Amino acid sequence: MLQFTRWKIIAILLTCLAGFLVAMPNFFSKETVQSWPSFMPKKQLPLGLDLQGGAHLLLEMDQDEIKKDWINNLRDEARKVLREAKIGVTGIGTQGLTQLVIKLAKPDEREAAVKALYKVRQPIGGALLGTGGYDVDVASGSDAGTIIVKESEAGIRQRISNAAAASIETVNRRVNNLGTSESTIVRQGTDRILIQFPGLKDTKELKKLIGETAKLTFHEVHPSMTAEEAKSTTIPAGYKIYPSDKSEGGGDYLLREQPVVQGADLADAQPGFDSRTGEPVINFRFNQAGARRFATFTKDHVGRPFAIVLDDKVLSAPVVREPILGGSGQISGNFTVESTNTLAVQLRSGSLPAKLTIVEERTVGPSLGADSIADGKRAGIIGGIAVVCLTILAYGTFGIFACCGLVVHLMLTLALMTLIGSTLTLPGIAGLVLGVAMAVDANVLIYERIREELRTGKTPVSAIDAGFQRAFVTIADSQLTTLACALIMFWLGAGPIRGFAVTLTIGIITSIFASVTVVRLLISYWLKAQPKGRISTVPV
Amino acid sequence: MLMKFIPVFKGADIFPHDLRLPFMKFKGPALGLSIVAMLVSIALCATFGLNYGVDFKGGSLIELKTKSGNADISALRARLNALGLGNVQIQQFGSPDDVLVRLEEQPGGETAQQAALKKVTESTSADYTERRVEVVGPAVSSELRMTGFIAVAAGILAIVAYVWFRFEWQFAVGAVVALTHDVLLTAGIFALFQFEFDLSTVAALLTILGYSVNDTVVVSDRIRENLRKFKKMELNELLNLSINETLSRTILTGMTALAVLLALYIFGGQVIRNFNLAMLLGVVIGTYSSIFIAAPLLGYLGVKRDWSDMAAKSVAAAKTKAKA
Repeated sequence: MLQFTRWKIIAILLTCLAGFLVAMPNFFSKETVQSWPSFMPKKQLPLGLDLQGGAHLLLEMDQDEIKKDWINNLRDEARKVLREAKIGVTGIGTQGLTQLVIKLAKPDEREAAVKALYKVRQPIGGALLGTGGYDVDVASGSDAGTIIVKESEAGIRQRISNAAAASIETVNRRVNNLGTSESTIVRQGTDRILIQFPGLKDTKELKKLIGETAKLTFHEVHPSMTAEEAKSTTIPAGYKIYPSDKSEGGGDYLLREQPVVQGADLADAQPGFDSRTGEPVINFRFNQAGARRFATFTKDHVGRPFAIVLDDKVLSAPVVREPILGGSGQISGNFTVESTNTLAVQLRSGSLPAKLTIVEERTVGPSLGADSIADGKRAGIIGGIAVVCLTILAYGTFGIFACCGLVVHLMLTLALMTLIGSTLTLPGIAGLVLGVAMAVDANVLIYERIREELRTGKTPVSAIDAGFQRAFVTIADSQLTTLACALIMFWLGAGPIRGFAVTLTIGIITSIFASVTVVRLLISYWLKAQPKGRISTVPV
Repeated sequence: MLMKFIPVFKGADIFPHDLRLPFMKFKGPALGLSIVAMLVSIALCATFGLNYGVDFKGGSLIELKTKSGNADISALRARLNALGLGNVQIQQFGSPDDVLVRLEEQPGGETAQQAALKKVTESTSADYTERRVEVVGPAVSSELRMTGFIAVAAGILAIVAYVWFRFEWQFAVGAVVALTHDVLLTAGIFALFQFEFDLSTVAALLTILGYSVNDTVVVSDRIRENLRKFKKMELNELLNLSINETLSRTILTGMTALAVLLALYIFGGQVIRNFNLAMLLGVVIGTYSSIFIAAPLLGYLGVKRDWSDMAAKSVAAAKTKAKA
């Protein structure tokens, strides 16, 4: 066991050297590292949000809103399809959030209607990759002359998945306006989005930016009927009552539900001021398609009002004085300078498919992060010194070798963490320190065994040999069980648990090499350095 | 060569090796005591209940630091109580200018939590800065509670499966009882003193599992070795011998672990103090359980005495491992 072949020694030394080189940048400031020659590794362990400060927000999409949107679209489409097929309908109602019930005027047209309604179906996964299923099932209802159009499970799943992907893109665009580039935005589960934003000091702005769906639409106002009249009689088909954005005295509006132009048609939106009144406004410009539609609309509606609606609330309902042909305009409303800034960003970034709710927030200020680093460093150094003292006190010369092993262990752990690109968190530091304590255990097991073997009367060299050999089984067993624990923590763990599990896992992997192999190599060198390679007592 | 400059000296071998402490004599009382302790822990968790942190209970935690001078906690309390956010807990945190504010979960779902946080921010922003904010909504807190519970249960199961695979089923039974004991007692102490129980405590529990089973495995390994060596020795005597032989290692490793954890507890800062506290408790409890629960249980369960074929296999395996 104490013999090492030449290539093995080289391999061990190279591993240690590589570990030291990779771990090294973590001990210096970023500036110092940048000034190093180009062949040196420069990658540093990024600090977790808890150490450098930053925000962690978990958002949840409103699934019901997406379902509601879809079912409304589906109803419009079904109506259109049946109109085209010239099939009379007495009513299309929604049942829950996933089902349409269509009542036909003539029950014997049912078969034709079902066939016509097949047009609203979309194959799941797109036309090319479709697996044969459809997002909507069309079937005859139990009552005569009714048809049930039901969204399939897979269809709903696909909708929500698409909406989540779209939300991430929109959030990404909005967040980019905050000027920090390092944010990560990822999907979690089916309907959640995780935003991690290192270095963000104030989450107020961020929350405002993602807090609204910012769906901007331009609607035609009903030419003759007011909202009050509609409420007391019946709402005309295709129209809907929208509340005003103003908290008091705004009144309601009766608007055509189908918008003339939508936020998606915006080419640009910028905050500005009205040239006459000086109040904050949004200046916008439509893209070509939007401009054309808006031009046609305004030409036909000179002298009549239209409504600008944001998130289903009417911002303003100006009267068209002359046709707007240039495709640009101005939105005024109940704005402040701040809110126009936010709104402009939101409009430029596009609307969210559904409202996002913050379900978890963890924010750490930079001062706390700095304190945590200082605390972690201090505790690490003091803990390390304590371990070194205890080890040398208990095991003498061999204790010194064990401490060398610990240094290699620490370096390799840091190096591996740097290589796999994990982040260093406060629980991670605790894991690192605990890993050191666990690594010492390997040496304790070996040295106690050597002592036992010596007591049975073995010669020093064979006692050392037997100590390493016998202890190895125990070390492997105990490390593997701890590894099982660490892997479960990683697998199931959230946030702090995961950071801890990563360092612990890496620590266990490196400890076998550092505390067993490296220490054994050191001891074999030490033995060779003794006069004639013989020793009378083992300094353990 | 360099090696010549390394001082040659023996370490302090302070543990008397001929001392045969009669651990197995106390196995009855020790097991009885442990069972009582476990029952008390369960009762404590049931009556006092665990003091769940924001992670598991939902609600908000806000760490504030004064912009200048020391924090006036009673004034802050009066101010925050006036906001009508239910029970607001305020305590000093570390230094006198640092305060921890806890809001209970607000009725009204996810958005209500953010609204409450906004109120607190507005009310305190004049003279305090926010150092840390944690808001966990009702959906996430119940998920985390579930995850935490599953993590601990899965941890125990994985360990037991491994011990069963490497040893005999009796060892696995010993391990599972010892681990359950460790988790229950730590939870019991947390319930008794109403220490905050959150995600980091679960991480600590999992680490304790790892540490405790580490101890148990070392003793079990020695038991297996002695079973091969002393084929005729009476089982209780053999178990006692094994515990004694590994005692110096148990104590030394325990001491280094405690030293490191104490350093972390004292100097590691407030944020991970709870984690370190659980770990400190766990190391002590875990060491106790390996000696007084896992090994003695074998005395009751009995164990296969003929390990000759296993021995051959195991030695061969060790040799190939060592070569690799």
